[in-house]
Amino acid sequence: MTARAAPALALEGITCTFAPSTRGALPYTALLEASLQIGRGEFVSIVGPTGCGKSTLLNVSAGLLAPTAGTVRVDGRPLAGLNRDAGYIFQADALMPWRDARANVAAGLQFRGGERGETLRRAEEWLARVGLAGFGDRYPPQLSGGMRKRVALAQTLILDPKIILMDEPFSALDVQTRQLMENELLDLWSADRKSVVFITHDLEEAISLSDRVIVLSAGPASRPIGQFPIGLPRPRDVAEVRLTRSFLELHREIWELLKAEVLKGHAQRERD
Amino acid sequence: MRSASGTESAGLRLLAARLLLLGGLIVAWHVLTATGVLPRFFFGTPSLVFERGAAWFAGGKIYRHLAITLVETALAFGSGTLLGLGVGLWLGLAPAASTLLEPYIKALNAMPRVILAPIFAVWFGLGILSKVALGVTLVFFIVFFNVYQGVKEVSPVVLANARMLGASRRQLLRHVYLPSATSWVFSSLHTSVGMAFVGAVVGEYLGSAAGVGYLILQAEGAFDVNAVFAGILVLTAFALLLDFAVTLAERRLLRWRPAGRATVAREAASLPARDS
Repeated sequence: MTARAAPALALEGITCTFAPSTRGALPYTALLEASLQIGRGEFVSIVGPTGCGKSTLLNVSAGLLAPTAGTVRVDGRPLAGLNRDAGYIFQADALMPWRDARANVAAGLQFRGGERGETLRRAEEWLARVGLAGFGDRYPPQLSGGMRKRVALAQTLILDPKIILMDEPFSALDVQTRQLMENELLDLWSADRKSVVFITHDLEEAISLSDRVIVLSAGPASRPIGQFPIGLPRPRDVAEVRLTRSFLELHREIWELLKAEVLKGHAQRERD
Repeated sequence: MRSASGTESAGLRLLAARLLLLGGLIVAWHVLTATGVLPRFFFGTPSLVFERGAAWFAGGKIYRHLAITLVETALAFGSGTLLGLGVGLWLGLAPAASTLLEPYIKALNAMPRVILAPIFAVWFGLGILSKVALGVTLVFFIVFFNVYQGVKEVSPVVLANARMLGASRRQLLRHVYLPSATSWVFSSLHTSVGMAFVGAVVGEYLGSAAGVGYLILQAEGAFDVNAVFAGILVLTAFALLLDFAVTLAERRLLRWRPAGRATVAREAASLPARDS
């Protein structure tokens, strides 16, 4: 495989088994032989029913979690330890509450040995790019949920990662803020196309943002069971694109597959 | 919603009510001892207590003793806090060591440590050191348990995020564990500054040649109950001052923690509880 052809991120036969939390229980297999590839500059969403191992998949890609079996490749090289090429936007608030917004954005540069004044200046620029100019002195608890997500975006993007992993980043936001953030994410992404892995349980969000949607089967032992290229023209407006006929057709097609998994996942949880 | 001036006048009313309560208690004390309902020999009288206290300050007798007690308190507080912070961070990050030491730490904490005072007097003499040692044993455990808890309850998401941002192990310690533990330390500082004071005074009371505890001991030996009360009042006033100093330091160092703001409730769901 030549370097040019190597995908930005490839999961090959990833299996993740967790030791039981209580004695006597069976070990839990979150992922079973899951394989997928993310191309360079590609925006891929992964959808699946609740508890299907979406976050596990992302943690394995980030190198935060070592898989029980299988290989993660970044640019064709097998990953050992943390994925230094990746930035991670967490579902929960991950900002350091003792640093103000500016210092939070500058944190990554400072960890890499950047000079303090310079890193704070660049952090200020990034705050402006995510629409938070003038909010640098605020501490995370003084910011709204949407603002905290913007800070988190700036905090990750300032490091210029090749791959961005996003774990339901907007799920805690209200619908209006959410669509605003989705459009801004598309703007930022189109400026210098990075590879994005976007986890969501919201199929509409997945289709409106992505180049490709991957459907994961219900857990335990999830794996990708279908992928759908999204040919909708860019630039897109996430609110408007939802009204187009091609969007609705894609939605129906993917939902048919997803629905069965959601029902399966539901039945699974009822039984437990 | 109440206006700012409304809350201000309510605050003044509260202050007035509190002062009235204090004044009432002093008047009751005076009346009860003046009429002989309570024997003056055991209960003193407020006027004589204030007179004794005023004479200490006017005559300059008390400054040396007060300075010694405060130095003991400060030393016990400082070294106990640093020790608790260090050991708390270490054991919080070293599960093997903490499992090994757990029963011993529990035993040391359960032990009434004031009982160590005679031993410290033998080891360190009747000077400042034995009081500092007693104060340290009291302060250390409070800070230690809080830091230990703080390290254990660092938000795993904040930790994972810092790692993804490229923090090394040392940087995690400096930029995540330490600030997170600091907020726990501060919630314990009010208790521990009081404990440092207790260590100093009890140490003096059990054997010393100087300090406010020594003054009280002396007065007690002379059956001068008014001076005993005066000593207690001086100690109380300075304990309040120390507590206030901690509050000021807290305000400066924990600016990021919103105390009593409307946003706290929203945060409560996502952040581990910090107030205990």
